[in-house]
Amino acid sequence: MGNQEAGASPDEVLIEARGLIRRYGPTVAVNHLDLTLRKGEIVGLLGPNGAGKSTTMKMLTGNLAPSAGEVTIKGVSLREQPKLAKSHIGYLPEQPPVYPELTVDEYLRFCAGLHGVAKKDIGDALASAKRDCGLSEVGSRLVGNLSKGYQQRVGIAQAIIHRPPVVILDEPTVGLDPIQIREIRTLIAELGKAHTVILSSHILPEIQAVCDRVMIIARGTVVYNEPLSSTQDQSSVVCGFRRPPEAVQLAGIEGVDGASALGDGRFLVSSRKNADPREAIAATAAERNWGLIELHAQQRTLEEIFVELTSGDLRAAA
Amino acid sequence: MSNVFNIARVEWRRIFLSPLAWAVLAVVQFITGFVFINLLLQYANAAAQGGDLGVSDVVAGSLYGFSTILLLLIMPLMTMRLFAEERKTGAITLLFSAPVSLTEVVLGKFLGVLGFIVVVMVLMALMPLSLAWSTNMDWGRVAAGLLGLFLLMMSFGAVGLFVSSLTREPTIAAVGSFGLLLVIWLANILAYNDSVPFHELFSYLSLIDHFESLRRGVFATADVAYYLLFSALFLWLTVLRLDIERN
Repeated sequence: MGNQEAGASPDEVLIEARGLIRRYGPTVAVNHLDLTLRKGEIVGLLGPNGAGKSTTMKMLTGNLAPSAGEVTIKGVSLREQPKLAKSHIGYLPEQPPVYPELTVDEYLRFCAGLHGVAKKDIGDALASAKRDCGLSEVGSRLVGNLSKGYQQRVGIAQAIIHRPPVVILDEPTVGLDPIQIREIRTLIAELGKAHTVILSSHILPEIQAVCDRVMIIARGTVVYNEPLSSTQDQSSVVCGFRRPPEAVQLAGIEGVDGASALGDGRFLVSSRKNADPREAIAATAAERNWGLIELHAQQRTLEEIFVELTSGDLRAAA
Repeated sequence: MSNVFNIARVEWRRIFLSPLAWAVLAVVQFITGFVFINLLLQYANAAAQGGDLGVSDVVAGSLYGFSTILLLLIMPLMTMRLFAEERKTGAITLLFSAPVSLTEVVLGKFLGVLGFIVVVMVLMALMPLSLAWSTNMDWGRVAAGLLGLFLLMMSFGAVGLFVSSLTREPTIAAVGSFGLLLVIWLANILAYNDSVPFHELFSYLSLIDHFESLRRGVFATADVAYYLLFSALFLWLTVLRLDIERN
């Protein structure tokens, strides 16, 4: 199991992609994409439709050869030693790659064997993968007779049955009902404890719910790559006063970068980096008798970042 | 190697989980059985008039000779799904992202089809076997005929596997492999046309001409080698085709 491997440091780089380019004829789907994934991370790949998420994932899993660039998995080149490199990966493509005519047990046994699980360990691997994905009750049912949500779980079970250090999931919740989406999300968060997970989606709350780090892909390149927590630091403050001062007076307060009037005595105050000016604003307002009636931090949401970075695409598409 | 067997086992199981295999086997058995009884009745009549044919000639010669046409029709149906359907449903990704080489994938699928072929062979062998109680059979002759059928079906399977890897529609794969097989089969027409340059070469390349001697009970290494090389060529082409798909 990935976590217990000897000599594995917490910062160990599991997937590294350098300068990935993928062309389909004249169209460039992925253009100079770099990606680094460390142990224990859940990374969300976000992007508008057609941004190159699936193409990137196909290249990371060896399903598609990059036109240029290099992928290494645990330091093993995917091009030079594909078998060894692929053995460290579990992959759930957009369509779960299941055989509808087999039972869940038969199918997962086949996958375990295919991924090199030793014969004597297959029973244990099967039991734990089914337990993790909530499939214990349906082991003897035909995959084709299961609902879409359960088939998706079978797809995830297939990706983790050999306990790979890296699990790559391409839009795992697409086409599911809200309850199934919640269940799959819980499952992914659970997986993140023992595996490193890359998850693609165009559903923002999903990424916010489970991921540690967000990568936004637009036009085939990474345009944003930050820990999710950093979106919470980039905040601004909204404040309102009975007797509003001039904006310049607000801008003079410690920790305030600038202020703009919103009307009705309300202001949008942008703060300096890593500073929270709310206390200073409250103190100054009390001292100068401005009559503070409203004061709260406004976070820059993932949605705002996403729209800002990808709106070029949206405009082009419109 | 264990990967090849793992893939082959599941492929074989999936072939027999689909009603198609059973329907095909039922039809094959019904038609060959019908022809077999007909041939036997004809033989009984001819023997009463003092013919010089042996019963093994009838079974191995005429029956197996007729079966080749039937097998030409059914093998494309059995091989059409191998890659085409998996590509259509996306299940092929499982094999492509597993730590398994393309050669292993192709050999595994091919072995699975050979498993089906073995079942057809058992059906084909049962008919002469049913005569063993009442008459003396020339088992060498029957065995040569069966070996010929096996090699021929193996070649059909390899071609079907290759054509299936070209498309994502199983029906197109079936039509395509039937067409390709028929063209290679009919290459011997050219051999009888003296105005075609190198016409003897076409007789050598034709799928069916190499079956003739085996059908007559003559075991020649050249014929066996032809079928083995023929199958290997198409398996190799399949590996190449799948490799191109990633690029």
